[in-house]
Amino acid sequence: MKPAPFEYAAPETIEEALELLDEDALVLAGGQSLVPLLNLRLSRPARLVDVNRIHELATLKRSDGSLSIGATVRQATLERSPVVRHGWPLLAQAVRYVGHAAIRSRGTVGGSAAHADPNAELPVALTALNARFHLRGPRGARVVEDFFTGPLETALAPGELLTAIELPPLPADSRTAFAEYAPTHGSFASAGVAVVRAPGHAAIALLGTGSHPIRAAKAEEALREGHARDAAELAASEIAHPHRRALVAALAREAFDATAPPTR
Amino acid sequence: MRVALLINGVPHAGDVDPRTSLADFIRERGLTGTKVGCEQGACGACTVQLDGDPVRSCLTLAVQADGTSIRTIEGLAGEDPHPLQTAFHEAHALQCGFCTAGILMTLDAFLRDHPDPTEQETKEALAGNLCRCTGYEGMLRAVARLRPNV
Repeated sequence: MKPAPFEYAAPETIEEALELLDEDALVLAGGQSLVPLLNLRLSRPARLVDVNRIHELATLKRSDGSLSIGATVRQATLERSPVVRHGWPLLAQAVRYVGHAAIRSRGTVGGSAAHADPNAELPVALTALNARFHLRGPRGARVVEDFFTGPLETALAPGELLTAIELPPLPADSRTAFAEYAPTHGSFASAGVAVVRAPGHAAIALLGTGSHPIRAAKAEEALREGHARDAAELAASEIAHPHRRALVAALAREAFDATAPPTR
Repeated sequence: MRVALLINGVPHAGDVDPRTSLADFIRERGLTGTKVGCEQGACGACTVQLDGDPVRSCLTLAVQADGTSIRTIEGLAGEDPHPLQTAFHEAHALQCGFCTAGILMTLDAFLRDHPDPTEQETKEALAGNLCRCTGYEGMLRAVARLRPNV
C-alpha cells in the first residue's frame, strides 16, 4: 500500500525542527520502522519532520572518554566504527543483529531508541551501557537516564526531539557480549541478553519482557560475586513468559561464558 | 516537491508528492528492473544502492534521496554481464527472477565489503531477501564461484 498524504519538511537546524513538531507531526529519521507503518496506513501523521538534513545530529564522536551518538547516526556507521568496536564493543556486537545490511544503511540508532520496539536489540544494549539520552523540546534541553518506559513508549514528551545518546566509558578490562534468539537471522528477537562485565562490575540488560528492556539487578549482584550459573537463573526469573524465560536462561549462560574472566 | 538525483550516473528530476517512494520514483522513470514486493521492508526485492550502500527503496522516500546517487540493476552490467550475473546464470541461481534484482544489488554491496565470504556470512547477507523459488542453494554456489581462490 501507499502512505496517506502528508506534508514533508526537512529542516536544517534543531530549532526549526522543534517549531515544526506540533501534535500532528512525527519525526522521520531512518524510516525503517516508520515508513512501513505509513505504507500500511497504521500511522497517518499530518506532517513528517525529516531530521536527516540537520548536520549536528549526524555526528558520532568520543570526547572526554564518553561516546556521543547523534540521533541520525546510522546503524551501519556503528557497525563500521573502530571507536565503537574498541571502546563500546557491546554496541558492535548488538548492531549486527539489527535487521539486514539494507536496513542498517538507513536505520538510525536514535530512531531505534525513540521507536522503542520491545523486541529491538539496540535499546537493550543501550540499557546495559548506562546510556544518557539528550532531549530538546519547546521548553529547553534535558538529559534522561530512564528513557525506555514501556512497549513503544519512551520518556519523550510531545514536541520533544531526541538529539543524542551519550555513553560513559566502560570500566577497565571490560568484557561484553550480546546473545539473542530470533526465528531467522535479521528478524526481531524473542529474547536477548546484553552483558558488560569487569572486575567489580556487572551490567545485565534483558530483551524479552514484552515491554521495555530491563536491568536484572539481582543477577548483576550474583555475577559480580562470580556466581554465573545463579546469575543466569536470576536473570531468567525476571521474565514472566515461560518460553522467553527459558530462552533468557540459556542466552544468559552463553553471554556469561563469553565474558568469563580469563583464567590464569 | 522537486527531486533531482542520479540514477546509474544519469541525472533524473521530477516533481513528486512527498509520499512517493524511491522505488516508485525509479520505476516511473522507466527503470522497471527494480521490483516492488511487500512495500514494508520485509522482502528485499526493491533493494538498490544509495551512495554505494544497499537500501530498501520502498522504505526511502524519493524526497529523502534528493541529491544522492542511486544504482539499480540496470546499472550493474557494463558492456558484458556483471560477474555476479554470469555466476547466477551458470549456477542456476534464479527461477522466476522477481527477487533477483534486489539480490544482485545486495550481493554486489556485500561482496565489496566481504570479498571472500564464508558460506555462513553469505547466508546472513541473503537473509534479508526473500526468494520463494530456488531455496537459495544456487545463489550460494554462484557466490562460491566468485571466490578469489577458486
